[in-house]
Amino acid sequence: MSDMLAVRNAQAVPLAHMPVLEPEAFRRAVLDAVASGARIASFFGRPLPSGRLGVLCALAHDHAGTLSLLGMEAGEEYPSLSPDCPQAQLFERELAEQWGLRPKGHPWLKPVRFAPPRRPGGEPMGSGPCGVMPFYRVGGEEIHEVAVGPVHAGVIEPGHFRFQCRGETVKHLEISLGYQHRGVERALTGGPDARTSHYMETLAGDTTVGHAWAYCQALEALGRVEAPARAAVLRAAALELERLANHLGDLGALAGDVGFLPTQSYCGRLRGDALNMTALLCGNRFGRRLLKPGGTGCDVDERTLDELRLRLDALARDSASALRLLWDAPSVTARFEGAGALTLGDARALGLVGPSVRACGALQDVRRNQPFGVYRYAMIPVSTWDTGDVFARAHVRWMEFQRSVVFLRELFETLPAGPVLRAPGSPAPESVVVSLVEGWRGEVCHAAVTDAAGRFAAYKVVDPSFHNWPGLALALRGQGISDFPLCNKSFNLSYCGVDL
Amino acid sequence: MLKILWTRLQQKHRTTAYPKGPAPELPPRFLGRPKIDMSRCTPDSCRSCAGACPHGALDIGERVRIDLGKCLFCGACEAACPAGVIEFTREYRMAVGRRGELEVQDAAYRLAEALDAKSRKLFGHSLKLRQVSAGGCGACEADVNVLNTVGWDLGRFGIQFVASPRHADGLLVTGPVTENMRLGLLKTWEAVPSPKLVIAAGACAISGGPYLGHPEVHDGCTRLLPVDLFIPGCPPHPLTVLDGLLRLLGRLEKDGR
Repeated sequence: MSDMLAVRNAQAVPLAHMPVLEPEAFRRAVLDAVASGARIASFFGRPLPSGRLGVLCALAHDHAGTLSLLGMEAGEEYPSLSPDCPQAQLFERELAEQWGLRPKGHPWLKPVRFAPPRRPGGEPMGSGPCGVMPFYRVGGEEIHEVAVGPVHAGVIEPGHFRFQCRGETVKHLEISLGYQHRGVERALTGGPDARTSHYMETLAGDTTVGHAWAYCQALEALGRVEAPARAAVLRAAALELERLANHLGDLGALAGDVGFLPTQSYCGRLRGDALNMTALLCGNRFGRRLLKPGGTGCDVDERTLDELRLRLDALARDSASALRLLWDAPSVTARFEGAGALTLGDARALGLVGPSVRACGALQDVRRNQPFGVYRYAMIPVSTWDTGDVFARAHVRWMEFQRSVVFLRELFETLPAGPVLRAPGSPAPESVVVSLVEGWRGEVCHAAVTDAAGRFAAYKVVDPSFHNWPGLALALRGQGISDFPLCNKSFNLSYCGVDL
Repeated sequence: MLKILWTRLQQKHRTTAYPKGPAPELPPRFLGRPKIDMSRCTPDSCRSCAGACPHGALDIGERVRIDLGKCLFCGACEAACPAGVIEFTREYRMAVGRRGELEVQDAAYRLAEALDAKSRKLFGHSLKLRQVSAGGCGACEADVNVLNTVGWDLGRFGIQFVASPRHADGLLVTGPVTENMRLGLLKTWEAVPSPKLVIAAGACAISGGPYLGHPEVHDGCTRLLPVDLFIPGCPPHPLTVLDGLLRLLGRLEKDGR
């Protein structure tokens, strides 16, 4: 710990203050921190003038409420952390794919996004089209392989899933993504500019508010300004509305996946009602245009507030009635219980975040552990369950829905007067900031490193799905393959948020 | 069972009366089809809106023009204009049949026309679509999916999203078509039996949207597939999508909507 730089959530610090270690010492320091309970929040590289790669690791210390930053400089390879620290594996693969930095001893070195190398003259990691790679295979005459995607049966994003099955039982699932790779993170380098906020709002469409907030917070830290109190409350309202909409939609979809149509039907409509409340704030159902660096792009009047209160009451009432049916139906709970169970140990080892890790019993929530915005002084209780299965993930989401409704009522009652925007100064040069927000799926992490002119030398986005996809793969072990949709929906992870 | 029936009564009938009745009310701040009033514009002296659009949707050559195929409906150009030349209205009807018709200028906007009689006979009362998500942020998919909820009940028009391209009459494409999804999109297209339709939904599928010009994408599906219907928006509101689909099938003509 002593050889790391301790910072708070969204605190900009000069880059020179961050210790930079040799690869072996870096590896040791990160492994020790993770062994003592820290999590890897972000882990990324940027090319240095020397031609070497500057690697930065941000660790989250949930109990201390702090983050710590640590750097490493490497040439072509370094000793891999993954054999001792599974949560590093995807980050290390990403570094290898983007910058050609080889983690020596990595047990699973495969492409993450089938993306072209970012280093000029670099070799692409995948050979051939997206998804073509050596998948893990289980041997034996009784084993068969099921391949699904990238084009799925529903109206959803593309991804490829390989199941190794014995009969109906899944022995292993490997997930290959990258189909949505549109170069958005690469395009953020050199910003901020006029396109930046649109990129942020479309990192993951269903987490527009979560990502926009993480970006705004980073830019406010670099520009030494704090969003006005009124804007802070409006942001929290939008974030909780986003949570309501997505949790409701997924609870309905879970009902649909076990053939329980009444709750599915009602939730489909109710999700829309929550989205329309966000649209009442800013005109857009996903919260586009609402958040701006320095505050919010729009304000609300008393009449709109009254309307929001009325709609929230109706939403809470109708959702309770729709969900009561679900929880009271033994045919539903029997399917939910025991399906896709993860242990807390596995969830922690993989570095899971959000409702997925809270469903394993972890008291882990950025709103509580690394509070930001209004969550610094207004508490929202953390909801947990401890069975780690589909039931737990569904139940945690329902509890969170209820807590968010109560919290929203409070926000609508206590909206402070004053302005909603205070423009930030130009970003501080040669600085680093890590900004965390608890989106509906879990921790949204944005990290920015600025150059001498205050432009983004690197901008790293970690969507909660990046941490959680391996959790879904593990949850499928030993499950019936027909339970895949159910397990999948209980996580409902983002493809575009990972593919970037 | 009684509990389910009781809940059904509580939840009420929620399907919109549209298109027979009025369309669902849009929020006051909704940004729909922009309107351009050149009589207010002083193009030689002002140029306040120049550079307001970072996505190349705004052209202020001789006249102010907005390309809805590129527009993300962020309202930046409206905010930049001190004279009120550009105004985003709450008009949700925006789908057109040809790429060039997505241009808004100081003149009438031509909405999509219905398919010809032969195609309408084939698709008019039963249209099965395979949706392909080819990049993008997932918001278009989310708001297309909304049409399947009880609030919209797309099935009552005979329109349905199907799992297999073999069962489909056409594709509804979203996303800027990433290089990584190009093959998947083309293979799905080939697997749909002819005659078949292509619908490009959202700024990404029409032009690349926010990712326009990225080497990782193909700036939408228009250069890869023959598009029959363009539905602008980022993402298009479900009402805009539904209006486009019904217009294409000739289901809105008779009552003059």
